[in-house]
Amino acid sequence: MYAFEIDRPASLADAVTALGAEEAQALGGGQTLIPALKQRLASPARLVALSGVAEIKGICTADDGALSIGGGTTHADVAAGAGAYPALAALAGNIGDPAVRNRGTIGGSLANNDPSACYPAAVLGSGATVVTTNRQIAADDFFEGMFTTTLEDGEIITEVRFPVPEVASYQKFEQPASRFALVGVFVAKYADGVRVAVTGASEGGVFRWSEAEAALSRSFTPGALEGLSLSGDDMISDLHGTGAYRAHLVGVMARRAVAAAR
Amino acid sequence: MPEVSMTVNGKPAKGQIEGRTLLVDFLRDTLNLTGTHVGCDTSQCGACVVHVDGRAVKACTMFAAEAEGAEIKTIEGMAEPDGTLHPIQAAFREHHGLQCGFCTPGMVMSAAALLAENPTPTEAEVRDYLEGNICRCTGYHNIVKAILAASGQDVSRIAAE
Ligand SMILES: Cc1cc2nc3c(=O)[nH]c(=O)nc-3n(C[C@H](O)[C@H](O)[C@H](O)COP(=O)(O)OP(=O)(O)OC[C@H]3O[C@@H](n4cnc5c(N)ncnc54)[C@H](O)[C@@H]3O)c2cc1C
Ligand code: FES
Ligand code: FES
Repeated sequence: MYAFEIDRPASLADAVTALGAEEAQALGGGQTLIPALKQRLASPARLVALSGVAEIKGICTADDGALSIGGGTTHADVAAGAGAYPALAALAGNIGDPAVRNRGTIGGSLANNDPSACYPAAVLGSGATVVTTNRQIAADDFFEGMFTTTLEDGEIITEVRFPVPEVASYQKFEQPASRFALVGVFVAKYADGVRVAVTGASEGGVFRWSEAEAALSRSFTPGALEGLSLSGDDMISDLHGTGAYRAHLVGVMARRAVAAAR
Repeated sequence: MPEVSMTVNGKPAKGQIEGRTLLVDFLRDTLNLTGTHVGCDTSQCGACVVHVDGRAVKACTMFAAEAEGAEIKTIEGMAEPDGTLHPIQAAFREHHGLQCGFCTPGMVMSAAALLAENPTPTEAEVRDYLEGNICRCTGYHNIVKAILAASGQDVSRIAAE
């Protein structure tokens, strides 16, 4: 690692000020950023650790019924505390391993937008709202492609608001070495329609599968997806699987998610 | 250089660190607590697992500066001061839950975190909890058996392998 200074502010206001410094970067749980620093893929002059900022941690139900999760909340705390949205709690409880879940945070996962990460599928699949220190961003506008989001320098994810669906499920086909999703599909059924978000598959990062959404909005059964398929052309192709294989897996995981939704 | 202070195995500990000093390096190099191992340094293997405020954490993937004020427990803090092994350590010895022993500190710390959360886990729950702890020697069978035994469950019918 290159040398850097580390700050650990106790309030959000101090964190914002600290991030205003030259070449400063936020540190969430460090479960992605620390490995990247070790590989010298990042070289910030200053890290601003968010782990001491209590006001961006925790889970509560908002007045409109949405489940609100602080941006600094760990995966383990979401797994244990998001009982109001079981599919989301289950997703968090299946990220990486227990030690990763005790440090990694929802805000860090979303800001990183790894094309194989789990949370982006839940956020897009739920039509959630990402709240930052500057604004509120609809899930459909937040993700901009592999490892890129609409976040600006110094902007901190403070909260994510999830409308709670009637039923939902996330099905992850795990890449056993990395524990990330080789393909993961999040399906959520709301009164006004069904949302289907796919992670791990596309070169463009997480995306909504609109044909599947339309079919499932008509009939919420695995059979409604029979005959629908995606092209493998824009899919990630690597040693773990070809684009065609991933495209096929999306259909399989989507049907499993519909069957498992509760 | 900034100073960090924390409680390690019940005793106050402090030392000079850089921003980039990892918790595992502070424990091993500054405090000479070399029981916590570094197997991969890439957050994969779990040999470096310690407890931070009661939670299992990979000490190679946390900065020492972030442990300011925290309660840390390492493998050195598991046995009694007179050397009597912790029940999990005793079960690892009894059931041959280690070969080279390199992964063992992390295995024991993860097992302790599991049993604190779930005092009588099933075999499947033990295996699932150890997802981030890699052992290149044992094939895991006797590790799982030792943890089940440490939880007070009868393992006499699980064949030794
Ligand atoms: C062994 C292993 C297995 C894993 N398996 C999975 C898996 O199965 N699925 C999965 O989805 N992920 C997995 N991960 C990644 C894990 O979920 C990370 O915790 C997550 O991707 C990053 O979150 P973090 O809080 O650790 O962020 P950090 O690593 O601290 O930061 C990541 C990025 O986000 C920025 N950032 C952090 N917090 C905020 C914030 N509040 N606002 C704005 N920007 C912020 C940082 O500046 C940095 O650019 C795994 C990681 C490891 C090491
Ligand atoms: S040394 Fe920390 S996970 Fe391998
Ligand atoms: S006993 Fe050798 S690595 Fe586990």
